[in-house]
Amino acid sequence: MKLAVLSGKGGTGKTTVAASLAVTLGNVQYVDCDVEEPNGALFLNPEIKHVTPVSVPVPVVDEAKCIGCGACAKACRFNAMAVVKGRVLIFPEVCHHCGACVIACPQKAISEIEREIGVVESDADGFFLQGRLNIGEPITIPIIQQLKRSVRNDIPAILDCSPGASCTVVQTIDGCDYCILVTEPTPFGLHDLKIAVSLVRKMGIPFGVVINKAMREDRSIPSYCRKEGIDVLMELPYMREIAENYSKGVLPVCDGGWRDEFVRLYDRVRGGLAS
Amino acid sequence: MKIAVSATGNTMESRMDQRFGRAASFIVVETETMDFKAVDNAAAASSGGAGISAAQMVADTGAEAVVTGNVGPNAMNVLKAANIAIYRGSAASVKENVELFKQGALDKIGTSGPAHAGMGGKA
Repeated sequence: MKLAVLSGKGGTGKTTVAASLAVTLGNVQYVDCDVEEPNGALFLNPEIKHVTPVSVPVPVVDEAKCIGCGACAKACRFNAMAVVKGRVLIFPEVCHHCGACVIACPQKAISEIEREIGVVESDADGFFLQGRLNIGEPITIPIIQQLKRSVRNDIPAILDCSPGASCTVVQTIDGCDYCILVTEPTPFGLHDLKIAVSLVRKMGIPFGVVINKAMREDRSIPSYCRKEGIDVLMELPYMREIAENYSKGVLPVCDGGWRDEFVRLYDRVRGGLAS
Repeated sequence: MKIAVSATGNTMESRMDQRFGRAASFIVVETETMDFKAVDNAAAASSGGAGISAAQMVADTGAEAVVTGNVGPNAMNVLKAANIAIYRGSAASVKENVELFKQGALDKIGTSGPAHAGMGGKA
């Protein structure tokens, strides 16, 4: 069972929900796929034992063979190369590692070298996994791909997504069995929830909604979900105590008796899958 | 001398575009005759590397100098490699900027502005 937690809007409580589920269920794998800013470790306190570098292939030019024809720069869909005064300039951070320049070069002057863009870290037994993109690097996908190769099949895996609904999230939830969409009762929360809903619908993944910072007086999210026929799996109330604990790295399930609620959340997820 | 001015349109009366990589077009002007040619900047809408692609295009026109507002670090590297001088223009028409260039009234830019400054439709 691969369970992804996404939200659209950032700061709605993806990590709170994903990490709380991991703590509640016990024998599960938690995978932090928010590789630009992984923060699940702040709550789960894993002991990192393995660090695996993630590299991508980028082009290098053999200047002895290059005739400066510019075929490589023309082939590049990502503007990662320029050829001026017969010299090739390569911008590795802009490169998307597609290899088109290698194919396009009539002189076979281009080869590829590995360039490290980040790491995948895990604890001794692979219960905790996180990706970490190097600062300044723009492309996250290869790290998420590497993370997903390490997802275990023998126990449930909880994949904590990055915010948004773009490539990084698509890459993370692809192949997952169920998506939990975490939202909050704000106009922005609802706006981005709708985007996340259309994404998971398009990808055909069963899903349900968790409302964090829920307020009795604002029923915008439940009424949207009712209209759309979406299951509301759980509501976490807007409470100072929960926020204070969060600021200390304490999950609601560790202090405050929310454990039973998260057990029920997981039951509802499984129910949603069975139906 | 052939110079390229980043522009918001495709005539000499168009305003100079403050952005380099994401300029709408470039007006390539022969300063002696004031003959000009407008080239669309195909890179303006690309998701990344706009400055690199725009600089490549300007280099391919054979221009020896660029008049623009802000040039990002990657575009700056391409223009430098192509030995193209960069001048900071003013918020006026392409024609006025060419006149200022001919009078030697424009400052040379040697350092790049921040990356991605022209993204999101900012000037």
